[in-house]
Amino acid sequence: MSAVARLITPRAAAIVVALLLLLTLPAWVGNPYYINIASQILFFAVFALALNVLVGYGGLVSLGHAGLFAMAGYTAALLLARGHGHLVADTAALAVTVVTAAVYALLSLRSTGIGFLMITLAIGQILWGIAYRWASLTNGDNGVNVASRPSPFGFSLAGADGFYYLCLVVFLVCVATMAVVVRSPFGASLRGTRDQERRMSALGYNVWLIRFYAFLLSGFWSGVAGLLFLYYNQFISPQIVALTTSAETLLMVISGGTATLLGPIVGAAIVVIMKNVVSAYIVRWNMVLGIIFILIISFMPEGLVPGSARLWAWLRHRWGAGKAQPAAKTGEDGA
Amino acid sequence: MMALQVSELQKSFEGLNVTRRVNLAVEAGERRLIIGPNGAGKTTLFNLITGEIAPDGGSIGLFGDDITRTSVRARAHLGMARTYQIITLFGRDTLLRNVMLALLGLCPRRWNPLIDFERQQDLVEKAEAALARVGLAHLAHRPLAETSYGERRRVEIAMALAQNPRVLLLDEPFAGLSIDERRDVQKLLLAIPRDVTMVMIEHNMDVALEFAEKITLLHFGEVIVEGTRAEVVANPRTREVYLGH
Amino acid sequence: MSLWLTLAVNSFALGGLLFLLSAGFSLIFGLMRIPNLMHGSFFMLGAYFGVTLLSQGVNFWLAALGSGLLTALLGGLIERFLLRRLEGQVLPQVLLTLGFAFIIGDVCLMIWTGDPWQPPTPAHLQGAVQVAGLFFPIYRLVILAVAVVIAVALWILVDWTRLGAMIRAGVDDPPIARVVGIRVSQLFTLVFSLGAALAAFAGVMGAPYLSVYPGLDFEMLPLALIVVILGGTGSLLGALVGSFIIGFLYNFGQAMFPDLAYVILFLPMLLVLVLRPQGLFGKVVA
Repeated sequence: MSAVARLITPRAAAIVVALLLLLTLPAWVGNPYYINIASQILFFAVFALALNVLVGYGGLVSLGHAGLFAMAGYTAALLLARGHGHLVADTAALAVTVVTAAVYALLSLRSTGIGFLMITLAIGQILWGIAYRWASLTNGDNGVNVASRPSPFGFSLAGADGFYYLCLVVFLVCVATMAVVVRSPFGASLRGTRDQERRMSALGYNVWLIRFYAFLLSGFWSGVAGLLFLYYNQFISPQIVALTTSAETLLMVISGGTATLLGPIVGAAIVVIMKNVVSAYIVRWNMVLGIIFILIISFMPEGLVPGSARLWAWLRHRWGAGKAQPAAKTGEDGA
Repeated sequence: MMALQVSELQKSFEGLNVTRRVNLAVEAGERRLIIGPNGAGKTTLFNLITGEIAPDGGSIGLFGDDITRTSVRARAHLGMARTYQIITLFGRDTLLRNVMLALLGLCPRRWNPLIDFERQQDLVEKAEAALARVGLAHLAHRPLAETSYGERRRVEIAMALAQNPRVLLLDEPFAGLSIDERRDVQKLLLAIPRDVTMVMIEHNMDVALEFAEKITLLHFGEVIVEGTRAEVVANPRTREVYLGH
Repeated sequence: MSLWLTLAVNSFALGGLLFLLSAGFSLIFGLMRIPNLMHGSFFMLGAYFGVTLLSQGVNFWLAALGSGLLTALLGGLIERFLLRRLEGQVLPQVLLTLGFAFIIGDVCLMIWTGDPWQPPTPAHLQGAVQVAGLFFPIYRLVILAVAVVIAVALWILVDWTRLGAMIRAGVDDPPIARVVGIRVSQLFTLVFSLGAALAAFAGVMGAPYLSVYPGLDFEMLPLALIVVILGGTGSLLGALVGSFIIGFLYNFGQAMFPDLAYVILFLPMLLVLVLRPQGLFGKVVA
């Protein structure tokens, strides 16, 4: 086998094809409505990847991430409304979100497991309360409008195509970052704290600080996703801070499969597409969301990506038994 | 200077004294055996020494430094390593990765989010060496979940040794092993050089006698008898609380 | 009657409602180690059941009891046939309760529409009593009295009966409770149904005062959460004290800092988390 041929693994080929499809998407989709849905999938995938840092790799299930997502959106929207420029508003929004994530972490990391979940849920609800009830600051139920999207380096984001490419760039940077961090010593430490907290301390790791940094990383990317959300809608209201958003994102992570890079992306695509399809026909999105939760938990608790990988490995094992190949490892923890 | 100096250590849970004014002085390079019937407070003593439990009173010294208030992880950095009675390893990872995690814990690189962990060649080599030391080099790439109980016990020891400890605490390293496996582990422990001070808990006295230079007998959280192997075995109180039952 | 006194009476009434809501939440959490995220939904569903029964001319107390029973039945079924199958898998259990919370919310929206319902205060509980020259609205006092009666009943149940001894054993140490042969599985169903019934009962009691509207479920759920974080999980006394603290903060906060009232509610929870993570009356779990 030549060196070139060895580089063309099925995995590398799949990545190249996926990239080409994503890069040319506006050309072959055409209809702005569908291009916009693709943009939604991309920024929700960024949000889901951010949440997955904690849920998948850290074993810490947060139900308050809508607060971080919305913190970035609201900060930027309010600063823009007060006449600040996009660069100032967006930088400040990310800084505020990371600080908020630090506060979340300081409070919620006093506990793990269910305690963590309850505390993040409660903090998320406080932020919802602020967005909804502190009308003099947040304009309450009426929300905040954003007059225009920025045009970085003269590149217009006003149309569906332009905005799609912004989302795609951010998404790719996010995926690359996650891929690097997950393989790094820090990523290995984080997974260690998920699997054996006690042992990690005895091995000399600062479990608390590892989780704290993971929370900041998760908060930063949640903020980035929140900014894209704000610019996509050019509007933000308390609705996005509600528990439903946190639950939806968690559904993206677990439906795709936690602790994989592909899982949250697939999950985001499924949830966004279903939400758009369902809302086009019926208004009962919450009920559908609840039913999917229950179905996934009951029938595919490990998520779709590891679930399908397991099925695939099993099929290969069955059909390729003659070659005596070991069953492929599931997508868990790897890519 | 004592490698490990435990003075007047006390701990009670809900009024029950599990450790009562325990004193323990282990010299550098010594092999110490701590024995005692179930519920004597042996594992609690280890948890106090490693810092997983905070004592109600007393002090712990490591090579002259007072570490009574030092965190678990800082004690690891000061050269204390332990194995667990109940095996707590990383089941999904390979043996190599398990040992590499142990090495990484004491290495500043553990905070680095940008490099590839599995390609840290120096860690790979050290981990392979540690596995070779316990006779598991050939299984380095097998997931831990697919290894036998005896093999996991040896991974525990490899992880502790990989950290290059000054004081090694072994919590029942022979528990659940077959006779052959016991002999292997015994050989392994006897081969550890003298710059490592070792304290071992064993419930079953017979297997560990060969290992020990000095024995401490713990009963209901108290040190009952301490001395050389012969002294402890000959002491009537040993027979009373331990051998007799 | 002075403003402060009105606020105090309202605070006691809200505290009483919150106790009914969170006592069940706390017992379920203590026993089964899962936060029941559909507890707010039980409250809202109970209130809607009550509204419907009242509109059919059913007596107020019978409506409250009937609504409690119906909701207990629903809770019991969910526990028995769905939660039970996930025993020991904490995260799936939590997500299942969350899934049901969304479904119940949407079903309520379908049946009872998006408009708020506010049944009239029952005729015999209207008006006010005069004590030492001050007027107290009877209905608020009745809510408080009912909460106190139920608190005492729960206290007797948990501390003095055989069933209570089993619950306490289960809360303190579930594995041991199983070993000594307590039928934990039936106990779970029973406590879950009881919690659902109490929440629904509270929903009916609260309806003439808070009204019922979509979204009430996820407004009540965080309140139950803070009460339990504040008081300590599995502790009835903690739930009682926590409920009244929150009742007072809510009413006084609303009057003094209307913009920030909702945020003020969470302050004691944050303080407790920092200073005493096990809650005011919680035990440290080793």
